[in-house]
Amino acid sequence: MASLDRAEVARLAALARIDLDDRDLDRLSGQLSAIVDAVAKVQEVATPDVPATSHPIPMSNVHRPDEVRPSLSQEDALAAAPAAESGRFRVPQILGEEA
Amino acid sequence: MRNLNRLTAQAMVDAFSSGKMTSVQATEAALDRIAQVDGAVHAFLHVDAEGALEAAEAVDKDRAAGKSLPLLAGVPVAVKDVLVTKGLPTTAGSRILEGWMPPYDATVVERLKAARMPIIGKTNMDEFAMGSSTEHSGYGPTHNPWDLDRIPGGSGGGSAASLAAFEVPLAIGSDTGGSIRQPAAVTGTVGVKPTYGAVSRYGVIALASSLDQVGPCARTVHDAALLHEVIAGHDPRDATSLPEAVPPVVTAANRGRQDGLEGVRVGVIKELTGEGFQSGVRQRFEEAIHQLSSLGAKVTEVSCPSFAYALAAYYLILPSEASSNLAKYDSVRFGLRVDDGGTIERVMGATRAAGFGDEVKRRIILGTYALSAGYYDAYYGSAQKVRTLIQRDFGEAFGAVDVLVSPTCPTTAFRLGEQVDDPLTMYLNDIATIPANLAGIPGMSLPIGLAPEDGLPVGLQILAPARVDDRLYRVGAALEGALVDVWAGTLLTQAPPLEGVPV
Repeated sequence: MASLDRAEVARLAALARIDLDDRDLDRLSGQLSAIVDAVAKVQEVATPDVPATSHPIPMSNVHRPDEVRPSLSQEDALAAAPAAESGRFRVPQILGEEA
Repeated sequence: MRNLNRLTAQAMVDAFSSGKMTSVQATEAALDRIAQVDGAVHAFLHVDAEGALEAAEAVDKDRAAGKSLPLLAGVPVAVKDVLVTKGLPTTAGSRILEGWMPPYDATVVERLKAARMPIIGKTNMDEFAMGSSTEHSGYGPTHNPWDLDRIPGGSGGGSAASLAAFEVPLAIGSDTGGSIRQPAAVTGTVGVKPTYGAVSRYGVIALASSLDQVGPCARTVHDAALLHEVIAGHDPRDATSLPEAVPPVVTAANRGRQDGLEGVRVGVIKELTGEGFQSGVRQRFEEAIHQLSSLGAKVTEVSCPSFAYALAAYYLILPSEASSNLAKYDSVRFGLRVDDGGTIERVMGATRAAGFGDEVKRRIILGTYALSAGYYDAYYGSAQKVRTLIQRDFGEAFGAVDVLVSPTCPTTAFRLGEQVDDPLTMYLNDIATIPANLAGIPGMSLPIGLAPEDGLPVGLQILAPARVDDRLYRVGAALEGALVDVWAGTLLTQAPPLEGVPV
């Protein structure tokens, strides 16, 4: 199984929307590569006959009545926003000049 | 009464009802102690003196008027900063949430308020609960009250240290891979991770949703049981909340203390003893096993062979879930925004680079990798199969015994700075606590003495099958009672006084 090299860490960080500079990449790629090598151990026992468990306590179809309940006011929902305008979240531009 | 800050929650309850002390006095004692020692300990990220005193005054007024009050009314409590609190800043130890004021209370916080418990403040933690030392907090580490140069455990080091430093009698923690139990072990306190789903997670900032569980932290098993009964129980706002009635944990603790453990079958987990565990940890653990036998328990050894793969499975499942959960910190609706005038994609990248610490970045990138096309089956899929194998090991073990025991951690508290740049070594601290989270079962850590080589606390972990959390309390209270008789007081009475502080 391939280890995580520097280029792969840079690709993943871009997918995860975390800017990393060269020093970050040097530091983190070495550590991440060692972690990936260690956790790959799970493949030794994960044979096809073993079912996967995604949730520790089996539960299915948790319903509640579809009733109107109190919720956050618009003012409360926007109170912690980095920027708001006209009752909405104000965000930076979505598309760049070349897009 | 003197040294009010050293009283257990139960002793405070008794003193309130006999009129020897008021809630305002108890709350002031907590606030005074925090003012004295928290500069050195740094258990708290935020202290709400005004709100706590206001709640205490209201309780005293109602008590004086003869109104009926909940049992723990007036007993101060600290809350880990991973639970949202309306009007109190909540950061989960991250700079990305610095200054954030949540617009609502977590269900657990609502229950503390309904129980009329003054909330003293928010406790320090590793950023988004990722860590075993609180060194990954964005606001500086917490120091272990037993030795200020050492770690208090993590991620809930602030809650555990607030108890060990006698700042508060009760605290709330959260445990994803040991974040309640490991800090309890290294600070000589008691911590319980209830069954997955036993305590509501509504308003708890998510780390790994299939593993996270909130629980009580205290100085005694009985106090932990009192807090457990306040916070546990079904919550329709949490779809993973268990609908069953809360097991009778206080009754179980009382029964254990009074009647011992005649007929209780205790299994020692073979894979979680011996090699890799510090000698003083092993010594105290073996003595505790003898105590359990003397109390009437039948002790046998059981084997859980898949535990050898638990740590690896955990460090795939947790980062995968965390990478998804932490996508919400995108600079749009709350929290930090670093805006250099570019597109939102660039703003997000810059915001998350500035707001997250190294451990959070590592785990998000690792999770992004484990979930990515081409690797999913090999990593995340395999880890989920290991989870099944671990559940089977527990199932088999609990067919033969009532509870399982192990040391809570391989070592006593290590020095601040010692492991912070070595993630794999840091991860090993949770080797004994992680299996319970993968299987969803409840676990407790309680102090069993000091390691002779360094004089630092050692914890014993008790595990029970899902939904029978009361067994932890029965066994824990019985053992604690026997040890307290031997020590002539709780282990914490042996803690060195904090420097410059009259105790």
